[in-house]
Amino acid sequence: MAGSITIFLDRCNGCTLCVKACPFDAIHMANKKAVIDMAKCTLCGACVEVCELNAIELKKDAGVKKDLSLYKDVWVFCEQKKGVIQSISFELLGEGRKLADKLGVKLCAVMLGSAVESRIAELAERGADKIYIADHPALQSFQDDPYTEVLVKLAEEYLPEIILCGATVIGRSLVSRVAVRLNAGLTADCTALDIAEKERLLLQTRPAFGGNIMAVIITPNHRPQMATVRHKVMKEAAIDKARKAEVIRKNYPDEVMKSRTRLVDIVAEIEETVNLAEADIVVSGGRGLGGPENFAMIRELAKTLNGAVGASRAAVDADWIPYSHQVGQTGKTVVPKLYLACGISGQIQHLIGDEGRKVPDPRFQGE
Amino acid sequence: MPNTTDVRIDPVTNTLIREGVESVINPFDAYAIEEAVRLKERLGGKVTVLTMGPPQAETALKEALSLGCDEAVLLSDRKFAGSDTWATSYTLAAAIRKLGGFDAILCGKQASDGDTAQVGPGISTHLDIPQVTYVKKIAEISAAGALVERMTEEGYDSVETPLPCLFTVVKEINTPRLPSLKGLMKAKSAKITRWTADDLGAEPEALGLDGSPTRVINIFTPEPRKGGELLKGATADVAGELVELLKDIVM
Amino acid sequence: MDYLLTEQQTMIRDLAKKIADEKIKPVAAHYDETEEFAWPIMKILADSDLFGIYIPEQFGGLGGGVMDMCLVTEELSRACAGIALGYAGTGLGAFPILLYGSDDQKKKFLPDIARGRRLAAFCITEAGAGSDAGSIKTTARKEGDRYLLNGTKQWITNAGEAEVYTVIALTDKTRGARGASAFIVEKGAGGMDFGKKEKKLGIRASATREVIFTDCEVPAANLISKEGMGFIIAMKTLDSARPGVGAQAVGIAQGALDHAVEYARTRVQFDQPISNFQGIQHLLADMGTQVEAARALVYATARMIDSGAKSVAKESAMSKLFASDVAMKVAVDVVQIFGGYGYMRDYPVEKYLRDAKITQIYEGTNQIQRNIIAANMIKEALKR
Repeated sequence: MAGSITIFLDRCNGCTLCVKACPFDAIHMANKKAVIDMAKCTLCGACVEVCELNAIELKKDAGVKKDLSLYKDVWVFCEQKKGVIQSISFELLGEGRKLADKLGVKLCAVMLGSAVESRIAELAERGADKIYIADHPALQSFQDDPYTEVLVKLAEEYLPEIILCGATVIGRSLVSRVAVRLNAGLTADCTALDIAEKERLLLQTRPAFGGNIMAVIITPNHRPQMATVRHKVMKEAAIDKARKAEVIRKNYPDEVMKSRTRLVDIVAEIEETVNLAEADIVVSGGRGLGGPENFAMIRELAKTLNGAVGASRAAVDADWIPYSHQVGQTGKTVVPKLYLACGISGQIQHLIGDEGRKVPDPRFQGE
Repeated sequence: MPNTTDVRIDPVTNTLIREGVESVINPFDAYAIEEAVRLKERLGGKVTVLTMGPPQAETALKEALSLGCDEAVLLSDRKFAGSDTWATSYTLAAAIRKLGGFDAILCGKQASDGDTAQVGPGISTHLDIPQVTYVKKIAEISAAGALVERMTEEGYDSVETPLPCLFTVVKEINTPRLPSLKGLMKAKSAKITRWTADDLGAEPEALGLDGSPTRVINIFTPEPRKGGELLKGATADVAGELVELLKDIVM
Repeated sequence: MDYLLTEQQTMIRDLAKKIADEKIKPVAAHYDETEEFAWPIMKILADSDLFGIYIPEQFGGLGGGVMDMCLVTEELSRACAGIALGYAGTGLGAFPILLYGSDDQKKKFLPDIARGRRLAAFCITEAGAGSDAGSIKTTARKEGDRYLLNGTKQWITNAGEAEVYTVIALTDKTRGARGASAFIVEKGAGGMDFGKKEKKLGIRASATREVIFTDCEVPAANLISKEGMGFIIAMKTLDSARPGVGAQAVGIAQGALDHAVEYARTRVQFDQPISNFQGIQHLLADMGTQVEAARALVYATARMIDSGAKSVAKESAMSKLFASDVAMKVAVDVVQIFGGYGYMRDYPVEKYLRDAKITQIYEGTNQIQRNIIAANMIKEALKR
């Protein structure tokens, strides 16, 4: 057993506070006493905290301790496309710097690609103390197999204690595999990262239940601790041209580079000149617009303001506008300076998409 | 593609599923189910739908059967409780091994609430088979392999893969159908296979909370944002005021 | 009210409701506006097996009856009576085959109808033969192993879209109604043409056209039953189908009423929701009661037909008469509750008013229904 939870029936007065507190609906009342459904309980402890009578006891076993002290350094997987380092990498280097400083370890950038030698300086300027480079034609564009294999090999050899990765199409596909191979903990879509300095644990905060509540997640007994972070949630590391880094170039035999899948073609579909995820001004429309034809107004306004067009899930679900415009929990994260929401009710699922915003957004309730 | 088994996985990461949710198909999985059924209709074979969750998840599995899946397996055991995505993908992979031969595994892109998109890739790793994530179109598929389109931030990649392979699909891939009456009737009387941890022959220490590297240590309600300022007055005045305010920030 | 539906009927109703809510409601205004035939919805209904619910299992259906068909028609009509008519009109066209067709005819035509692969239509009305259906002029002349049809059928629901037509035509002009026969004509038959699509007040998503026969060739094997049975087949078909019109009317009334209740709850005047006013409350109460009474009569009639009752003409006419009058009254009152908004085409309720009117007219005007009811009452009194 990894833990157990017990209700002391003599203390329980049937107040139902725990029932309301349980995020998993695992507690119900029977004969005016709380009963926990173990099929649903995740031992999160939310009930323990609210119980005023201390009637609930949670025991969490520490489990078998591995020697975790062998693991050091904070790694950032730096994603490149066509040789260009993606801006998410710089954001992660910015956040990784803080974590590495708190732990007193090195911040390391990891980059896989082909002929990417010229990019090393950029990573150093963004604060990497050490850079691991795997340069091979097979790594030119992302493929699940070789990327997984190389990252696993690197981590097994150099034992990082933290690996950060962008919650991008590539990042999510890649680190999910790497985490299983390394038997590591992985927490997706973190909105905040911190270090519990005494325990040297990465504190990973992420929205749960579509953002209605937040959960703090740790990986107590496994290393590395892996986390993905969405685009533009963290601030980019500042550039310091004077910074230099130690570079470790790794070569692996051909069988490591083998891929079962084959990339046949890369197709870019640029829909508009302004990228929604990066736009300073976003004009979004929702179901309140009344019909797909009224998106013309949204487009016109966005064009006039040199902004991008966003949409709520409801508008996308109604097929008024393609999914690529969706902003929110199940869509894109946007970080505009100005966000104009038209005909959007402002549900939490939509607000999650604009967490990085710097200014309050005007919402119009027009006639 | 005779004698095909399409195994579809519902990555119900029970760590983040509320009551009620498990009795309906997670919206992302509906696309995976539809695609699996379409593949079967085109090429023959069999679709097995698999999920891990509490007994109530049977309702969702029955719905999947009414939509054209042939068999349904529910992995339900208190020992699975507290699984994070590592343990969930391990458990589902163990069940798929027990099911035997398959040509393709289709998963929803992510669970609607958990939103982690980790279970699909986790399964393919445990099974050591290739994967293509974020698939928006299966252009060609035969016993020899498949040609699919993987959605990217900029457009899509065309990717060739041998089978068996795991695909996670996005909503662009199809429009899920509604159930048919014959499907509903078949589903009503269908028997759903229920497997426990013992049936899977899995390593106990890899299941549930024991098998989960991550732990939720705190759950809290996010601080409400600071309220904005509501401008009131005649439309023209408000517009003017707003423009002045925005001038400093945006322009 | 709980009508003690069977498990299968509950399933049928729920599925129809799901299709109505998720697939029809969002497009109802579109099809009303464009007057297009809603083929995408017909495809969804076909895939859902709903076209086959009243067709016996041995012919590819689910073995249900008129009651099942009424449940579906009602649910679909709640969202759009015009789209529902594509479904119900197929039932009307299929009934002659179902009731009087030979085994071979059933085997040939019913499975495709059950799967929704082919829609059907029923052709009796002509320019000079509306309420007076006995005065039809279309003829069918036998020549060898085929009949040649001549004449024009008017205002035929599903015409042009359907592929199976059951047509009433005179094989013996001298015998009047007793000289009528029923035929199955397949779309594409030589000498079969369609007139222009009619523009209508309501049910605009349904297709209404003339069907024109000019020496149209029909194999003798497509004669239903035997010569001279045409009128009996037509009357029995209408007896079975009238509760369907009743169900359509109940659906229209319920759909309109649902809007009215929601609107009354949320529309604020004099600083309170208008549902606080007794004037509105009593309107709602009357409408709710009338709709429930209409539904009860339609269901009772449908069940009577399904139980194999011999004579259902009176009850069938009553269910159609009462339900359609309720639909019209309710639709008028719902528009009243909406006030000016009810009159605007941007709001959904004026459509119910336009759609409701046809239910008092087709498959026998309500005046004809009263004739049938009275005639049967008098006949029954004489028998006593």
